[in-house]
Amino acid sequence: MVQAGLFYSKDHEWVRIEEGRAFVGISDYAQNALGDVVYVELPEVGAHLEPGAQAGVLESVKAVSEVYSPVGGEVCEVNGALEDAPELVNEAPYENYIFVLEAASFDTAHLMDAAAYEAYLGTLEE
Amino acid sequence: MSKLIFEKSHPGANGFALSPMREDMRIPDAFLRAERANLPEVSEVEFTRHFMELSKRAFGVDDGMYPLGSCTMKYNPKVNEWAARQFTALHPLLPEKYAQGVLSLLYDAGEMLKEILGMDAFTLQPAAGAQGEMTGVAMIRAYHEHRGDHKRTKMLVPDSAHGTNPATAHVVGYDVVEVTSNENGLVDLDDLRAKMNGEVAGLMLTNPNTLGLFEKDILAMAEIVHGAGGLLYYDGANLNAIMGMARPGDMGFDVVHVNLHKTFATPHGGGGPGSGPVGAKAHLAPFLPVPVLQKDGGAYRWDFDRPLSIGQMHAFYGNVGVVVKAYAYMLALGAEGIRDACRLAVLAANYLRVRLGEDYDIAYDALCKHEFVLSAARQMHENHVGATDICKRLIDMGYHPPTVHFPLIVKEALMIEPNETESLERLDGFVDAMRAIARECRQHPEIVRTAPHTCPITRVDEVKAARNPVVKYEET
Amino acid sequence: MRYTPHTRQDIGKMLDAIGASRLDDLFCDIPEEVRLQRPLSIGEGMGEIELRREIACRAKANLSADDAPCFLGAGCYDHFVPAAVSELLARGEFVTAYTPYQPEMSQGILQSIFEYQTQICRLTGMDASNASLYDAGSALGEALRIAWEQTRRHGVYLHGEIHPGYCNVAKAYRKPGTHLDEREIGPDTAAVVIQQPDYLGRIVDARPIIEQAHAAGALAIMIVNPIAQALLKTPAELGADYVVGDGQPLGCGMNYGGPALGFIATGKKNLRRLPGRIVGLSEDTEGRRAFVLTLQAREQHIRRDKASSNICSNQALNALAVNMYLSYVGGEGLVKIARRCHALACFAEDELVRRGICRLHSAPYFNEFAIALNHPQEVSDALFANGVIGGLCIPGGMLLAFTEKRTEAEIERLARLIQEADR
Repeated sequence: MVQAGLFYSKDHEWVRIEEGRAFVGISDYAQNALGDVVYVELPEVGAHLEPGAQAGVLESVKAVSEVYSPVGGEVCEVNGALEDAPELVNEAPYENYIFVLEAASFDTAHLMDAAAYEAYLGTLEE
Repeated sequence: MSKLIFEKSHPGANGFALSPMREDMRIPDAFLRAERANLPEVSEVEFTRHFMELSKRAFGVDDGMYPLGSCTMKYNPKVNEWAARQFTALHPLLPEKYAQGVLSLLYDAGEMLKEILGMDAFTLQPAAGAQGEMTGVAMIRAYHEHRGDHKRTKMLVPDSAHGTNPATAHVVGYDVVEVTSNENGLVDLDDLRAKMNGEVAGLMLTNPNTLGLFEKDILAMAEIVHGAGGLLYYDGANLNAIMGMARPGDMGFDVVHVNLHKTFATPHGGGGPGSGPVGAKAHLAPFLPVPVLQKDGGAYRWDFDRPLSIGQMHAFYGNVGVVVKAYAYMLALGAEGIRDACRLAVLAANYLRVRLGEDYDIAYDALCKHEFVLSAARQMHENHVGATDICKRLIDMGYHPPTVHFPLIVKEALMIEPNETESLERLDGFVDAMRAIARECRQHPEIVRTAPHTCPITRVDEVKAARNPVVKYEET
Repeated sequence: MRYTPHTRQDIGKMLDAIGASRLDDLFCDIPEEVRLQRPLSIGEGMGEIELRREIACRAKANLSADDAPCFLGAGCYDHFVPAAVSELLARGEFVTAYTPYQPEMSQGILQSIFEYQTQICRLTGMDASNASLYDAGSALGEALRIAWEQTRRHGVYLHGEIHPGYCNVAKAYRKPGTHLDEREIGPDTAAVVIQQPDYLGRIVDARPIIEQAHAAGALAIMIVNPIAQALLKTPAELGADYVVGDGQPLGCGMNYGGPALGFIATGKKNLRRLPGRIVGLSEDTEGRRAFVLTLQAREQHIRRDKASSNICSNQALNALAVNMYLSYVGGEGLVKIARRCHALACFAEDELVRRGICRLHSAPYFNEFAIALNHPQEVSDALFANGVIGGLCIPGGMLLAFTEKRTEAEIERLARLIQEADR
């Protein structure tokens, strides 16, 4: 399932830009591929992230997956609920952002819209 | 369900006693703990029954066949346990004069390993394979640094490697660069050539590799790596496949580690203790950990005066008790026995490979060494039964399952290493079990998917364990 | 001797199935240039009688603590190992099992590790222990690696006398750019290390140092003697962040220095930072209690080059020995043992003082202290010549250790021999 109105990266993060803030999470495809998430390592509030920088880590029982920041900015908020309930990433990947960035502007030119991402997922099928 | 020892605690039941003596307490109260440690209080009979019960819920090589790929679960001879017990009461700081027996044994064990591996010097200090790797890679770093060559920041590791190889390179401070495998499951020489340069410290290699295939181009690989100033590290995980037939030292390897708990038949103990001696060619010997055991005339001594040494990896000399067992094993087998163990391990693996080929896909189906990799991709595709399910069903049939989902380059991988100590009857029994499971996959896949059916417990909820970790017992 | 069961006929059948005619054909993939063209030069095999004669001959050429009273300590102690522990530990199901990767058939091993983790927590007062590490040296090395990463600082301050072997191993475990040479606790101090009792047996007043470490934003790591823990304030009571130590005194024997185990424990919030294996509690599909290796995504086989430690194994059989030992002696028994060690040390001090031999330091001790000698080496030689395993020679004296195995008579003799040799 791909949600409309979001930007997507090739690493399967989504970005929602709202009032100068960028909410970042992982896509339904990513949570499905990873399986039951058991732990979420969040970035530190105040950290400055370049586009493409590693922002956190998701762990399932038998795999780890890095979360990269699709856009650049300063981490102004993290979703602390995921520390106690990492399963939220599986249950509602688009409702549960992982962190929020602040910046004067966000460059989304290199990201995909929902339709492009859906087509991209199609190319990943075997 | 087995109660925890803490749940069996019955204060007052413990009969442990010391003969009476005058009590004296000179430690000031300010240093004393507030409450006594809440340890279990059980009688000796309940103690014995508890651990008997736990032993019955464990499965060792003594219980049955253990074809765990890359783990070399061969039979662990009982006399070796006796041998180790002869050294339990030796203090490691005894003056050397009073420890000549154990020192001579360690020295001779090192000499035998030098000959079997084709190396010039050995340390027995690393306590396990991973610590051996750390030792060997640190020696590579020390070698380059000593030469004033500080540009080398990368370590090459094949994509089929054990996870420990890249983890070790990272821990020692290298960036890991993966070398890809070719369509035959061997290191891609072109890729190696492309990635080898003056920034690369070396290549870590298991030979035969984790697919059980011998890297035939090893001399060409050594030339590529050495030609660009790098060093070759041999991961001895799969030494059982070549011992007595070929030696890493003759293939161009500069530094090696061996796993005594695999190749040299020391028991795994439910996960340790192991022992991971490291061998080096002469140009790397100055970097070995201290102390190094020396023989001066007829006397043995520890040499701490090694200015180029990487330092110490163990507070004393490593897992000496494990080395004693390996030494007894080498003594018992001798040159011919070592070679025959290797040849029969390879025979068993190829026999299983051929016999299982009808029902399962073999990844890279070619002459293998001590192990090979099956793929349950067919069963997954046709019956939605995966490698894990097949493993669990094997438990019902009395076998410890093979290594599963490794190497990562094979889908639904089952890595099988039967070892030289399993008889033809046992091997045939394993083939029958695997074939029966393949049939079940087609006819009654649900039985396989829900296996095991004969254990004290069914499959465990690993997600629950990891999401809310409970790692100690709390009274409720 | 051989452990291979195949007859000539079996080998023939297997070769036929493969389509090979000789065993050597199975090695045709190894290029001639690297094939060993001669037999190994390691001698011929032996039968068990010959083998045991050979091993026994090596075993006799040492001074064993079974044959001589041992006053040598310095990180390895001649504590008593109950027969019930060594007998049960020898069971093949435990000895010859692999890592419990298949929980359904390994509940015994998993439960024993879970019990071990609980025992270590109860002994140290901490919340979380892993399944064990190689030894105290590597446990300190791993703890320092955590501290460097956790604080993003580079230095380590070693308080007082820390076991030199542990320090050396910790140095070899260093991350590039880090060091153990802080002269005082400062802004780049990642951790302060306190050994309790210290290398010379002195009980350290740890609390002010731990408070100083925390005030400076550094972590406090304690190295503890597990038998002394029966009496001494726990690292948890003192506020330490990480505790490490050697399990050798707890039923492992001396084994010329190994194998025993290193333990590491910490508070709840740092659980995920612990290296190596951890066993957790869960349930099976029927809701029954079950144990399983957990938090594996931290480990090398999954994280590969992102793992913070490369350790794969634990010292499982030694962890079982520690669990058995603590279960066998129990909480009361451990206190009895600890008090006996201390009482014998007190007796020794009195015997030595009576003969004019004084301690080097005035600090309180548990079961080990240093004495001042004029001629440490001569005293040591005299003790060994008289069939006594003397203490470790240190500058200006000797470090003596006393375990519950020693007797008053042995100690009286020790004191007399020391007095005679140190004139």
